[in-house]
Amino acid sequence: MDYSAILLSVKLAAVVAAILLGVGLPIAYWLTFSRWRWKFLAEAVVALPLVLPPTVLGFYVLVAIGARSPVGRLWTSWTGHGLAFTFEGLVIASVLYSLPFAVQPIAAAFSQVDASLIEASSTLGASERRTFFRIILPLSLEGVIAGAVLAFAHTIGEFGVVLMVGGNLPGATRTVSIAIYDSVQALDYAAANRTALLLLAFSFVVLALVYGLRRKPLVAI
Amino acid sequence: MSPEGPHRALAGSIQKRLSPGFALDVQVSAPAGITIVFGESGSGKTTLLRCLAGLDRPDAGRIVVGERVLFDSPSGCNVSARDRGVGFVFQQLALFPHLSVRDNIRYGLHRLSPEVRAERTRAVAESFRIDHLLDRKPSAVSGGERQRTALARALVTDPDLLLLDEPLSALDHATQSRIMADLRAWNTAHAIPILYVTHAHREVFALGERVMVLDAGRVLAEGTTHDVMEAPAHEPLAQLAGFENFFDGAVVARRPDAGTMQCRLAQAGIPLEVPLSHATEGEAVRIAIRAGDILLANQEPRGLSARNILRGRVRSLTREGPTVRADVDAGAAFAVHLTPGACESLRLEEADEVWLIIKTHSCRLVEPSGALS
Repeated sequence: MDYSAILLSVKLAAVVAAILLGVGLPIAYWLTFSRWRWKFLAEAVVALPLVLPPTVLGFYVLVAIGARSPVGRLWTSWTGHGLAFTFEGLVIASVLYSLPFAVQPIAAAFSQVDASLIEASSTLGASERRTFFRIILPLSLEGVIAGAVLAFAHTIGEFGVVLMVGGNLPGATRTVSIAIYDSVQALDYAAANRTALLLLAFSFVVLALVYGLRRKPLVAI
Repeated sequence: MSPEGPHRALAGSIQKRLSPGFALDVQVSAPAGITIVFGESGSGKTTLLRCLAGLDRPDAGRIVVGERVLFDSPSGCNVSARDRGVGFVFQQLALFPHLSVRDNIRYGLHRLSPEVRAERTRAVAESFRIDHLLDRKPSAVSGGERQRTALARALVTDPDLLLLDEPLSALDHATQSRIMADLRAWNTAHAIPILYVTHAHREVFALGERVMVLDAGRVLAEGTTHDVMEAPAHEPLAQLAGFENFFDGAVVARRPDAGTMQCRLAQAGIPLEVPLSHATEGEAVRIAIRAGDILLANQEPRGLSARNILRGRVRSLTREGPTVRADVDAGAAFAVHLTPGACESLRLEEADEVWLIIKTHSCRLVEPSGALS
């Protein structure tokens, strides 16, 4: 079994889930509470990865972080090497690809919070920030956890984007799904089966934990 | 500071368009003490409170509490809800379900030191008799205790104005009046204006020293409960003051020397003499009569001073607490209140022929609901 691929996938998914938690909370907050009339355009952009073929997304990310792009040149001037076909490049692509899986459950949870609780908080002198951390976030915890877990699981399972942006470099960009593909290409069905079974079991355990840990919904009184 | 002083009095004018056909346009003033804001649902009560609290922004107007300007459309001043110092108790209370009663109460005290927070939380919890519940979640206390928690949470921040949006309507009367007694006791020390919104007639008489009546986004009347109820000039007010009978009619003849007018009801052309008003001959009028102001006779009365004697038939007799309500068809449907004793001595039965006796001055001319004065 390709342990380095498994380790890489877990590392990638953990980094992506952590970033998406940081990025997803403010995006979800804005999508839920903004009254901007063109907000629906932003919603459509966030949802794009749900419908785009991973190759299309991967292709654009590859172009955007390539050696000739502004992002690629900036990165090269900082680090001395390019972004494409590196772990960092994979993180960027995966964050974009898994964005809706984190943002949508979080935004859904935010919008479930009773508006009068938010208004009550502001009449009690709380800033938007205090209202967010003391009221909105605690009452949306389930949705936030679901968003992080889905982002993690979705990143573990991605294939097309990784292939486009990362290629297949052992230890750097060869993730579990690529390793399985490799094994099948090499007609090593036994190895493919072991890795695939592990991925299947892992995904099931993660999802079972999410559903099992879900507490009773807190109902506003 | 004297409780009646202008120290924290509320004064404001608010205009806000809510839909193409409905706009709130009110002058509101309230001294320290409880002012009942009465109106049917859709009269603009809740919008008024939300504008005062800074949760909705008026299109135009000015809101001043004490010396402090909270909103002033000409100068663009609009103090945010969090900085207004206005306590708001929501209809659904909006207690934070994940926080204990204690954490709910002290939520608004985050700018104070822990010692002051603890002391003020303890004091207000004692005033509202919930000091034994502080560690429970709102879902684990009774309905009345939840209302007390919501009041304590709003008042612990020492607001300059308290707004209550029908928070007690769901409670039984005894619980309600105990909570109001505690609120009054709290307010004798603090003397802030309290606006209490309700659509329940009973609460107007039970709770308020002052009442402001809203109808279709406008203030119909305001003043002491007694003054407002004494001479209702509008149908919603008349309903509030206990008038049960309303009729459309038209002026047939004016008799300024007698101080009366002869009217004809739209239904069945029943003639009715009413007090003189500014209405001209032929003009449509709306007439209100209290069910308790109509006398019933089981034979045609003679030699009476009352000017209006109508023959009719009893349609039904219903016991309503200490009174009996007789529905009489005299061409138009009249509701008449009488005591059970009177009902018995008249040997009143359904389908009996009766005479209704109505004094001229028991007939009141009112503006119909929604009319602009």
